[in-house]
Amino acid sequence: MNILEEDGRGLLLGNEAIVRGLIEAGVKFASTYPGTPSSEIGNLLEELSGEIGMYFEFSSNEKIAVEVSAAAAAAGVRSFAFMKHVGLNVAADPLMTLAYSGVIGGMLVLTADDPSVHSSQNEQDNRYFSTLSLLPMIEPSTPAEAKDMIKYAYWVSEKLGLPLIYRTTTRVNHARSIVEYGPITDTPAKGHFRKDDKRFVNIPAYAKQNRVRLLELNREAQELSETSPLNYVEGGGDIGVITSGVSYTYIKEYTSGASILKLGFTNPLPEKKIADFLKDKRYVIIAEELEPFLEDQVLRICAQNGLTVPVYGKRSGHLPREWEYSPDTMRRLNSLLTVRDMPEPLPSVAAKLPGRPATLCAGCPHRGMFAAAKKAAGKRDIIYCSDIGCYTLGIQPPFGTADFIICMGGGAGAAGGFDEATDQKAIAFIGDSTFFHSGVGPLTSALFNSHKITMVILDNRTTAMTGHQPNPGTGRDFGNISTEPIDIETMVKGVGIKFVRTVNPYDVRETENTMKDALDFDGVSVIISKCPCPLELKKRKVLKIRECTVNQDKCIRCHRCVKTIACPALVKKGDTVATDPTQCIGCGMCANVCPKNAIEVKE
Amino acid sequence: MKYTVQIVGVGGQGVLLASMVLGTAAMRSGYKVAMSEVHGMAQRGGSVISTLRFGDDIISPLESAGGADLIIGFEPVETCRNIQLGNKDTFVLMNLDPVYPSMVAAGFEEYPDIQELVESVRSLTENLMTLDATKTAISAGKAVAANAVMIGAAAAVKAFPLKKELLKEVMLEVVPEKSKDLNSKAFEMGYDIAS
Repeated sequence: MNILEEDGRGLLLGNEAIVRGLIEAGVKFASTYPGTPSSEIGNLLEELSGEIGMYFEFSSNEKIAVEVSAAAAAAGVRSFAFMKHVGLNVAADPLMTLAYSGVIGGMLVLTADDPSVHSSQNEQDNRYFSTLSLLPMIEPSTPAEAKDMIKYAYWVSEKLGLPLIYRTTTRVNHARSIVEYGPITDTPAKGHFRKDDKRFVNIPAYAKQNRVRLLELNREAQELSETSPLNYVEGGGDIGVITSGVSYTYIKEYTSGASILKLGFTNPLPEKKIADFLKDKRYVIIAEELEPFLEDQVLRICAQNGLTVPVYGKRSGHLPREWEYSPDTMRRLNSLLTVRDMPEPLPSVAAKLPGRPATLCAGCPHRGMFAAAKKAAGKRDIIYCSDIGCYTLGIQPPFGTADFIICMGGGAGAAGGFDEATDQKAIAFIGDSTFFHSGVGPLTSALFNSHKITMVILDNRTTAMTGHQPNPGTGRDFGNISTEPIDIETMVKGVGIKFVRTVNPYDVRETENTMKDALDFDGVSVIISKCPCPLELKKRKVLKIRECTVNQDKCIRCHRCVKTIACPALVKKGDTVATDPTQCIGCGMCANVCPKNAIEVKE
Repeated sequence: MKYTVQIVGVGGQGVLLASMVLGTAAMRSGYKVAMSEVHGMAQRGGSVISTLRFGDDIISPLESAGGADLIIGFEPVETCRNIQLGNKDTFVLMNLDPVYPSMVAAGFEEYPDIQELVESVRSLTENLMTLDATKTAISAGKAVAANAVMIGAAAAVKAFPLKKELLKEVMLEVVPEKSKDLNSKAFEMGYDIAS
């Protein structure tokens, strides 16, 4: 399967289908900060952008991703900024005023929402960003639609001169369906920015007028929505369903007996079309995941048009607001619709099953750093502020090194607050990519305000959790552009931090000593725990695998290795600990903490 | 016609690859296909489920609980954990080679007795076939071919709508050139065990 082929079809992941859609629409500029469930788009563009003549970058954060793509679109180049839902919070600042400026070339801002919080910290419904910013929004229901709607979305964006919000969810990004390839078009890769202060410089006098212009464009957008081929009615009858996104697929396959108004262009809503649809209905069901975004607007449309048709959904208690929908959710509608017979599930098994949460990998350097921090902390009262990344998994035993997590860079900011508001010591763990994303601000702020915090930068030389994307600390080498890594130690010293040490977390004992010094330091201290992610090395086929073995004659069964490192490659059966050769990479962390040197590392 | 396969296992076991092989074979057989996969955080050694649905009129990427026609369990505990995906008529293919969760490896939790797990599934359904896919793969040449053993076994499941030769052909397209013989052999061994 090659998504660059002229024609044909493929069984594509939603994120692959989106890349195909970009190619068909001739998009020449893309930017992102990686985040699940949107990450595979970036991984593919990293691989293909050079070949398809597209400029692509991993920006340091989502705000920058929107800004660089905004500039491209202002210069007339079709651009695409994409991110996970919470990333749009970071990018909300440029987005809100970009709506006032508008664009010349088409621009889509993709937000990948995560109902059921599969790999996020919240379940926010980003459709509200479209009504907040007054930007048009399009919502595909399947991978095939996610590809097909992109070309149309660029047409809308250019017709209105506005960026457009392209909203997906996990079950679109990470679903697969058969995608038919369409013709590939070409657009210019380079544009030219023409000075137009009234649009692009939103000083109050201009912003005031642009606000009026935006409201006018919003009315125009509504006309487009009224006649959009993305908003259509299927079937007839006096029972109606209004639906969008993946919910449409559950309605379509698991229920029958209703006329369906399927919405793909969901901001502004096609109000006349909705009012017409409602007129001859006995009742209407609104099927959408998360918040009653469509439902509340439908209720308003009813009120404005003097319609008294009952509207069932979340407000009526028929459908839940929390978590993603599934075919099983349709059972809740069986008093209103014909719901397909679903076989009775087997009961749970009687056996007691061990849990299997996601866990830090065998040989993960974070294990060493966490073990050292815990040991160095001893009996001190510590607040472990953590952040968004693999190291969030430090919440698990035996570490417990995640007491407070809110958002990207949030741990570093919060640590300063805890330092001032309590007599406890605050440690902020932050990954290398997250440090560049939003860790520099809180670090300088801590120095500026004299917060006596310890920041531990877990520099595993990659953006690991989202699938190993490069970041400013690694440099880039794709799309015919190579850059040098930015050295974190030089940078941190450069801002004036007096205590900066780089440690090898595989040397747990030495790391513990350094950590003690950092905690004792009277000021901001920074430890850089520098060790590449073994999974990333494995992927690049450069991991030098060694092997640890437990010498059972020397082992005193103290289990310190298991208790402090808890590596999945250490297997404890009864009283005996052995290594699992299929998992062990020979990092030697366990050997380092062994009091009797009973664990041998072999080359 | 509609057919749903739920493939369950542990991140890193090749669940995604297997579902891609089955899905591609379904597409080439002329069916509509909808799938749902787990990516991201859960893959770090966590439980994974891949849903594959194909047939004449398929659009939903998810299936109802109990709606599976076939459960392919790559790991015994995961097969048990997800048994509600099936109903009394669902065929369950269960690999008996365990992958120990980290808390089990560290000695904080116990891994149940495999035979006890098999019995707890068998007490719920008679449509169960167990196999030692990893051990079979080792006898074929290498443990990594366990995946191919499972796909081969699925091809032998009664009333499975995809043809054996097509599945094998698609699988051999996606495995590395140098391991084609190994995977081919492992596939046939899986097929024979389940036949």
